[in-house]
Amino acid sequence: MARIGVFICHCGENISATVDVAKVAEKAGKLSGVAYSVDYKYMCSDPGQTLIIESIKKHRLTGIVVAACSPRMHEATFRKAAEKAGINPYLCEMANIREQVSWVHPKSDATTQKALDIIRTLVEKVKKDVALFPIKVPVTKTALVIGGGIAGIQAALDIANAGHQVIMVEKKPSIGGHMSQLSETFPTLDCSQCILTPRMVEVAQHPNITLHTYAEVESVSGFIGNFDVKIRMKAKSVDISKCTGCGACWQKCPTKKIPNEFNEGMGFRTAIYSPFPQAVPNKPVIDREHCSWFTKGGKCGVCKKTCPTGAIDYDTQDEFIDVKVGAIVTATGFDLKHADFFPEYGYGKFKDVIDGMQFERLASASGPTAGEIRRPSDGKIPKKIVFVACAGSRDKAKGIEYCSKVCCMYTAKHAMLYKHKNHEGKAYVFYMDIRAAGKNYDEFVRRAVEEDEVQYIRGRVSRIYEKDGKLIVKGVDTLMNSEPVDIEADMVVLATAVVANIEAESLAQKLHISYDKHHFFAEAHPKLKPVETNTAGIMLAGACQSAKDIPESVSQASASASKVIGLFSSNELTREPIVAVVNRQAPPNFTSCTGCLLCMEVCPYHAIEKEEIKDRAGNLIKVAAKVNAGLCQGCGTCVAMCRNKSIDIQGFSNDQMMSEVMALLNA
Amino acid sequence: MRIGFYPGCSLEGSSKEYSDSLFAVAEKCGITLEEIKDWSCCGASAAHNLNHDLAVALPARTLALAEKQGLAEIVVPCAACYSRLASSKEEISANDATRKKIESYIDLKLSAEVKILTVFEFLKKYIFPVADQYIVNKLNQKTACYYGCLYSRPKEIAAIEQIENPMEMDEVMAKAGATPINWAFKTECCGAGFTMSRTDIVAKLSGKIIEDAAERGAESIIVACPMCHVNLDMRRPEIKKQLNKDINIPVLFITQALGVSMGISADRLGVNKHYVPTDKVVTCIVKKEA
Repeated sequence: MARIGVFICHCGENISATVDVAKVAEKAGKLSGVAYSVDYKYMCSDPGQTLIIESIKKHRLTGIVVAACSPRMHEATFRKAAEKAGINPYLCEMANIREQVSWVHPKSDATTQKALDIIRTLVEKVKKDVALFPIKVPVTKTALVIGGGIAGIQAALDIANAGHQVIMVEKKPSIGGHMSQLSETFPTLDCSQCILTPRMVEVAQHPNITLHTYAEVESVSGFIGNFDVKIRMKAKSVDISKCTGCGACWQKCPTKKIPNEFNEGMGFRTAIYSPFPQAVPNKPVIDREHCSWFTKGGKCGVCKKTCPTGAIDYDTQDEFIDVKVGAIVTATGFDLKHADFFPEYGYGKFKDVIDGMQFERLASASGPTAGEIRRPSDGKIPKKIVFVACAGSRDKAKGIEYCSKVCCMYTAKHAMLYKHKNHEGKAYVFYMDIRAAGKNYDEFVRRAVEEDEVQYIRGRVSRIYEKDGKLIVKGVDTLMNSEPVDIEADMVVLATAVVANIEAESLAQKLHISYDKHHFFAEAHPKLKPVETNTAGIMLAGACQSAKDIPESVSQASASASKVIGLFSSNELTREPIVAVVNRQAPPNFTSCTGCLLCMEVCPYHAIEKEEIKDRAGNLIKVAAKVNAGLCQGCGTCVAMCRNKSIDIQGFSNDQMMSEVMALLNA
Repeated sequence: MRIGFYPGCSLEGSSKEYSDSLFAVAEKCGITLEEIKDWSCCGASAAHNLNHDLAVALPARTLALAEKQGLAEIVVPCAACYSRLASSKEEISANDATRKKIESYIDLKLSAEVKILTVFEFLKKYIFPVADQYIVNKLNQKTACYYGCLYSRPKEIAAIEQIENPMEMDEVMAKAGATPINWAFKTECCGAGFTMSRTDIVAKLSGKIIEDAAERGAESIIVACPMCHVNLDMRRPEIKKQLNKDINIPVLFITQALGVSMGISADRLGVNKHYVPTDKVVTCIVKKEA
């Protein structure tokens, strides 16, 4: 026989000003199965909780309903109180009579009645509550970091330094990402490679980090604490155990005219190559799309003949390795739109209209011009450069409504670097707004304007065209009476929009994480869970989530790492038992599940698998669905699909829901 | 199929030759255009400056009359008319309350489902499939296709695919055997309605257009808008003064140029009605039809 306790909270005046709490307590006490009912000013306070604990003991209550605020606020508080009093915490339910009653209705009898109605449904539910116990899941204390840019590097080092194993997967031949391409960094103008390369080396040498470059994630299955990952190790054609990185091969390679990706297409590389001098690992790979051994059927072979250690092997194939990890940090970075996205700026046909990353390479000491800012068309030093901020960003017509966030700062930096190298040169910046909200950021922009005399023009550029060897930049100065401005420039740098990595969508599908309409990965909560995804155990770091600069990427990477380290701090994971279960019955039925597996089809978390029920001799008796409690998020989609009610959410069973509805209808 | 025709004021007045050449080309290809009966003013630039409802209702009346006449498709050669009709249609289709209000103003039922074609959409859809057999005089010259503002703006009603670099008219001219040039002023402003009140502005803006076309070797400028034509052709004396040089590139309507390539006579196409003489450049103009 149920002995239910009902505890009605005044919440100060939040509830009692609109709901007649004394009357509710009195009427609730008369409900069938209710053994005790009381109202109190602050049920969540220490005396309030004590009242609950004492009442449970004194009245030998078998379940309680706390009528107060939203369960999101205090369910944990009251469940703990119930546990202290010696009953299973899942036998405590909350009736929300604040957000759903007192805050949204005026004081009236109907309002009081509604509070009572809600309590009645929960009383019926709690009668059918059963004791539930948290689910324990073991944890594999190895993390997978996808992407070897600055975000991935930071996350990997943080996790590894905490004593856990890390597997890093980078699709390019070297780690370093976009940061390795940058010249100087704002707002301090320190050299990007100088601060990055020590970190890259640290990753390569760290005893807890296993680095797989030229590799990609092929597939991911499993769940938090227990992911199974298949990694594709792309064929490098070079045996890295023999290669010493001497460079003889790429010096002799006859295929020399391949556009150099690291230099953003300015300059060339060979078919066997290491992307840049400080590459980690500094061992080459053969680009099979361009290597004449592969394109012309076994001709050439120069690198193999040249290699002093016999490391070249044309016959290597893509290999797959399977790893088990407990957590995944996704740090796959971003792409940039290029000049060819802009018909109004010449579709990328004008050689001297370049994007921001190309300017970085021009300004970088390791770049194609050894750090002298020379224009791509004829190698001359431009006397006049126009920088166009917001090229594509914040432009609905271009389908990119968002702010790319880093452009204001790097454009100021570009203009500054140009002025520092060419004192007589003129630099113009067309901008919409200047967004320089970071630490020392606005000061940096002011420095460009005031000390380096960069001319900022507030307005947009409508068109760029070539005339007599000059680039005519047509814009408007909205602060000068909206005057049209035509500038004859020698070079134009477009701060093109930051967009999601081109492979982001397919990776998200492999990982079962969600992404926004621009294909940036979605965080679990925009404010309170900014580094987690809504798939437990998978974190985000850096620009794969949204456009970010270096300090922000590093911060987020460390935050992700701390989430991973937290996850690895115990040997088992504890999860709420609010998950789906397939019923079990005595033989010969075993379960009412008929094994249609519609639930498996609809489960968004891939938490349902096929189970074969066998007898002792191993003969198949029945096929049924089975829920992996580690993966199940308790959404209930399977319950809605099940044709014969064989699957239920623990704590929210069909039977309980029905009782709640009937409690309202029978009022 | 039946194709409706909305002339608007310009095609009955200052740009009669635009209408004449369109009909001549259509007739050559065996296509009949039906004028919308009792059509009224599109509102042009005046209505939407005065009263928003009026600006929507005026084109709506014409659209409703087209529906009443049983026309599923209408060709609107004037860029301003196109813009007004398409805007009105867009606004009415998007909001049922607007539709009801406008219906009460014009006292006509309106589904706003009539398809509105620009002249180059019409040419591509109906003339292109049969054009090759009629093109007898390949134009063999460099042309600058000038689109102006109203075909590419605003984006929601733009009749062209790449609004920053339209190619639709270029395709028509390539069909006619000309070589459309790649130039910078395809969608720049000609000065439009300032032609009366601030001729100096028109001379400056249209001057830049003509200058760029000339510098890039264009032998003719092709337009599909009566207003653009007026500014580039009729305002040439003011432009000459502004540029301080004599540029004699003629300005042809797209239907005139296509008509020339089809061997239609100068009289029928009205190429002799322009301020800047056309015959010296468009050497293949046929004076009289054989």
